[in-house]
Amino acid sequence: MPTIRPGRIAVHIALILYLALAIGPIVLILINAFKTRRAIFADPLGLPNSQTFTAIGFDRVFANSDFGLYFLNSLTVTVVSLGLIILIGAMAAWALTEYRFRGNTILSLYLAIGIMVPIRLGSVSILRMMVDLNLVNTLTALILVYVAQGLPLAILILGEFIQQIPKDLRDAARCDGVSEYRIFGSIILPLIRPAIATVAVFTMVPIWNDLWFPLILAPGAGKQTVTLGVQQFIGQYVTDWNAVLASLTLAIAPILVLYLLFSRYLVRGLTAGAVK
Amino acid sequence: MADVSLHGIAKSFGPVEILHDIDLRVNDGEFVVFVGPSGCGKSTLLRIIAGLETVSAGEIRIGGRRVNEMPPADRKIAMVFQSYALYPHMSVYKNMAFGLKFAKTNKAEVDRRVRQAAEILKLSHLLDRKPRELSGGQRQRVAIGRAIVREPSVFLFDEPLSNLDAALRVNTRLEIAKLHRELGATMIYVTHDQIEAMTLASKIVVLNHGRIEQVGAPLDLYHAPQNLFVAGFIGSPRMNFIKGQVRSVDERGALIAFAGTEALVQEAHGRLAKGDEITLGIRPEHMASEGPQTIPLEGEIDAVERLGEASFVYMKLTGGDDVIVRSSGDIDASPGERFAAHVPVGALHVFDASGQAVQIQSRVAARSTS
Repeated sequence: MPTIRPGRIAVHIALILYLALAIGPIVLILINAFKTRRAIFADPLGLPNSQTFTAIGFDRVFANSDFGLYFLNSLTVTVVSLGLIILIGAMAAWALTEYRFRGNTILSLYLAIGIMVPIRLGSVSILRMMVDLNLVNTLTALILVYVAQGLPLAILILGEFIQQIPKDLRDAARCDGVSEYRIFGSIILPLIRPAIATVAVFTMVPIWNDLWFPLILAPGAGKQTVTLGVQQFIGQYVTDWNAVLASLTLAIAPILVLYLLFSRYLVRGLTAGAVK
Repeated sequence: MADVSLHGIAKSFGPVEILHDIDLRVNDGEFVVFVGPSGCGKSTLLRIIAGLETVSAGEIRIGGRRVNEMPPADRKIAMVFQSYALYPHMSVYKNMAFGLKFAKTNKAEVDRRVRQAAEILKLSHLLDRKPRELSGGQRQRVAIGRAIVREPSVFLFDEPLSNLDAALRVNTRLEIAKLHRELGATMIYVTHDQIEAMTLASKIVVLNHGRIEQVGAPLDLYHAPQNLFVAGFIGSPRMNFIKGQVRSVDERGALIAFAGTEALVQEAHGRLAKGDEITLGIRPEHMASEGPQTIPLEGEIDAVERLGEASFVYMKLTGGDDVIVRSSGDIDASPGERFAAHVPVGALHVFDASGQAVQIQSRVAARSTS
């Protein structure tokens, strides 16, 4: 058996502690979503058993709210935003790293500022702009804001990756008579798949979880997202914990699926270049 | 098939001038090697011919057509890169077929060409592999295959052997030479390795600091270098340079003093004058000759390298110049000893103060001044 160095044990302890910290709240939500209200408060850490098990939270979520619609709204906003961020981000990253043109540096700087300044600082102007554009209470408003929010980081990460692709590869393709669009589509995109997965995960989670912009831009009936929909179970005096936890449980599912979808590439993306 | 001609090519990146006023003609079917130290502009010149770089001035013609404004794909060239530049996510077959797909070649034709190239390069059994599953030599062959399937008029090689180990380099060098014979295409090859240049080229172009130093057949460069740079660059170990001075010039010729001895040379154009500082060049392999008409050069041995088939004797001459002598493999010499090198007068190269070669008609035996 190989000897285990103390350094490795320490690393693993640290990782396990972090894992507990990260996964703890999620586990708490999951187990309590299936417990009676009384059991939630009496024994928040206990697993549901035959006496405390109930699915009443889920029943109430589906009965009292338009959860399917919220879900669809969230999914639409997340997937469309994600798609646009990746498409526009990859193209912009390619252009900014590959081509020398007037304003290249200024544009890059401008995007860097976008990473540093939180988009929420502009909430008031964004709301005014959306009112002027007649986009209040539409999913389009949310998608536009999220794309703007996600693009700078996406361009930065993808640009870094594109820069690592040997220049000879693009030159070889040019000698082969491949058009610039084809080079982007057939060579660059397949090669930055790990980076795209990384960007996808990093941008998808905040969009899915966001409460702020749905609240100010699209609070109207029929346009609410999951995070906003959950709020109706949280009252000033009474909170329906069963329903809240049930809807949160449901909300975790799709993000988990998307994560699993991307994670195969994500691991590669984060360690890319480690082994050559 | 096509010839390539360059007229007054200049290239600068911002304020930095990389190439100055390059004029060159590459004939149809020729194997031309650009050689020079790193940073001399040889790769840039190749990329200009390929169309991957624009020129600041001058004109490029391939097959008689001006191609300055043409994208690489329309120039009927194919380039092989030092890093191979294989598409990592495609199989060997797709790597070779990729370019043809966009050239509107029909499928059967693409297949025929790829299989033929694979046949030539002994890659047939590897067509389904990904580049990362291949060895360095195989990758290089795929890169060459990708060039062959395009059936270009001009092949461009950018230091294709630099990433291979020594044994493989010799093999691949021979394969490239064979390929040139079989295809008869024009080939332009960039390297910093003068052995590759000497062995492959029908014409060598020596570049330095963005200028052409000399163009010629390999042996012409070896026997008649036009300046100090070419003299020092071609040949291994490099040519020995010894400082000298013109003692007198009369109808018999110019009397040159160097390393404690003298030689009388008759130059063709009368460019030497009394008192001129000159440099004499003698190749290491010419410094251990015996017999009449040799000039003895004496000095002290610094080091001896024994390679088996020959020994390199590093010595300091009486005049203070360091030289290398290629001597027989079993020579009896050791550091600290006195040593006499014998130089045939016919092997002397003379360079004037500006480093240009002085043409010598005949060289006459010398006498020692000591």
